[in-house]
Amino acid sequence: MSRVEVTIAGLGGQGSITAGVMLGEAAVTYDNKYAALTQAYSSEQRGGFAATWVIVSTEPVLFPRVTHPDILVAQARDSITRFANVLKPTGLHIIDCDMIPETPEGFANVIKVPATSISRNQLQAPVTANVIMLGALCAASGVVGRKALEQVIVKSVPKGKDAVNLQAFDIGFKIASEQIK
Amino acid sequence: MSSKTTGNVMAGTHFLMGNIACAEGAIAAGCNFAAGYPITPATEIINHLAKKLPLHGGIFLQTEDEISAISSIVGASWSGCKVLTATSGPGISLMQENIGFAVATETPLVIIDVQRLGPSTGVPSIGLAGDIVQVARGSHGDYQIIALCPDGPQEMFDLTVRAFNLSEKYRVPVFLMAEGFIGHMRERVVIPDASELSLVARTIQRGAGGPMQRQDFLDAAVAPMPVFGNGLKSHVTSSCHDEHGMRNLSDPEIMHKFITKPIEKIMRHRDDIIQVEKNYKDCDIVLVAYGSVSRSAKAAAELARADGLKVGIFRFITCWPFPGEEIREMAESVKHMIVLENNCGQLFPYIKAEAAHACRVDFIGPQTLGQIHDPEYVLSRLKEMVR
Repeated sequence: MSRVEVTIAGLGGQGSITAGVMLGEAAVTYDNKYAALTQAYSSEQRGGFAATWVIVSTEPVLFPRVTHPDILVAQARDSITRFANVLKPTGLHIIDCDMIPETPEGFANVIKVPATSISRNQLQAPVTANVIMLGALCAASGVVGRKALEQVIVKSVPKGKDAVNLQAFDIGFKIASEQIK
Repeated sequence: MSSKTTGNVMAGTHFLMGNIACAEGAIAAGCNFAAGYPITPATEIINHLAKKLPLHGGIFLQTEDEISAISSIVGASWSGCKVLTATSGPGISLMQENIGFAVATETPLVIIDVQRLGPSTGVPSIGLAGDIVQVARGSHGDYQIIALCPDGPQEMFDLTVRAFNLSEKYRVPVFLMAEGFIGHMRERVVIPDASELSLVARTIQRGAGGPMQRQDFLDAAVAPMPVFGNGLKSHVTSSCHDEHGMRNLSDPEIMHKFITKPIEKIMRHRDDIIQVEKNYKDCDIVLVAYGSVSRSAKAAAELARADGLKVGIFRFITCWPFPGEEIREMAESVKHMIVLENNCGQLFPYIKAEAAHACRVDFIGPQTLGQIHDPEYVLSRLKEMVR
């Protein structure tokens, strides 16, 4: 796979764009690949839509817009409404099933990750939900290596928060691994 | 991650936002004075320089508005600093009077325009190449400036360095015509070691005596700049002046030179200033573009060639001075030029004027203004045109 298009979408405050930046940074600075990231968000500080589009490639990225994503990571119902229609029919759909209880129809590859409840109840750290989703994305797609993402997580999160984020990543990784067996 | 900071240069391979790459390019080029008023989608440049310039002995000034920002950098340039301001279209509109002042006084400075959808306040976060003619023709009078068009974060770094080099070499305002899409996009950016960067600093007037003993202005070979603070007296006015800088509103020959010499200064060096990327050998059709849209053009040309069509590309890296000779040369060897711009056709008339005598020239805007062209859309329109 020389070019993989990923959309990560959610509501403002869920860390969708942060997850995308970590994905792109891991690809470029640790996996020696190319990546291009664009983003959009509404003007509300929290609760409006937020999305990022990341292209990861072994070659320089010529056209930097995502038009038909191979992967959609959806952290909210709104993300399905806005972005599921352009996902490739064979595409991978990774959803936060706490926020999106009903399985989106018409997609063969759906991975369900209860990221919101795990981050709140198990990890006592709601802001790690995006990292759980990143772990699931890593396990289900291999678009970027696990080691690369873990290094970027440690570098990106606030001091003292690396352990809980690495744990979050590992939980997401395991949940997706079990579902793709 | 391969990254080290040598001197002021953040050498290494990074995943950088275009605006941050631009700010790092300014620092690497030796910018030591920047002023600005935050505006989306250029704010990250301002914020990054405000944070980092003081760490390198430079000064960042947040001004009360864009008029003050351009005024501040004109003054700082005359004290010998390498200067920059960053803004978007609404800020450029406010700056136009003093852009003209900088042109008239041959002041080296760099203006970053991260263009956004307009007219007026428009949409802050959506890019649109709407200022591409404004920066060349927006201030009153007759003049020439230099403007460069980056196609992504890597060129936000590279062309910011080049913008400083050109402004210092030719004592002129240089614009970097980014837009919101590129400013906010993140991509792989390779920053070279400081030792690999080629930097230009202006020639400074060291000659003693007063202004009448020297030629400080109106020199097509670029007169050394008599910056303030090193003991020389100079006379700087935006009104019509002679080569000594002395105001003259009565001699028609001096008026003529006041306009033509600064233009000649740029046009005489056009081959050094103008850069284009071209790949249209043996092609019938060429997609002509600049900035982010040039990436749509390249992707569309690849699709077209896979479809058996002989389609090439031509990209403006320098858009002002206008690469007319390069367009004319291309027009002689191809059958059809198709211009792609993320606007309703601003450079299109300039291209057509140089090419239409020899080949067909058409325009394709994006399906939705503000969103760069989908290559598949370009290919379908192209096929309709050649049917």
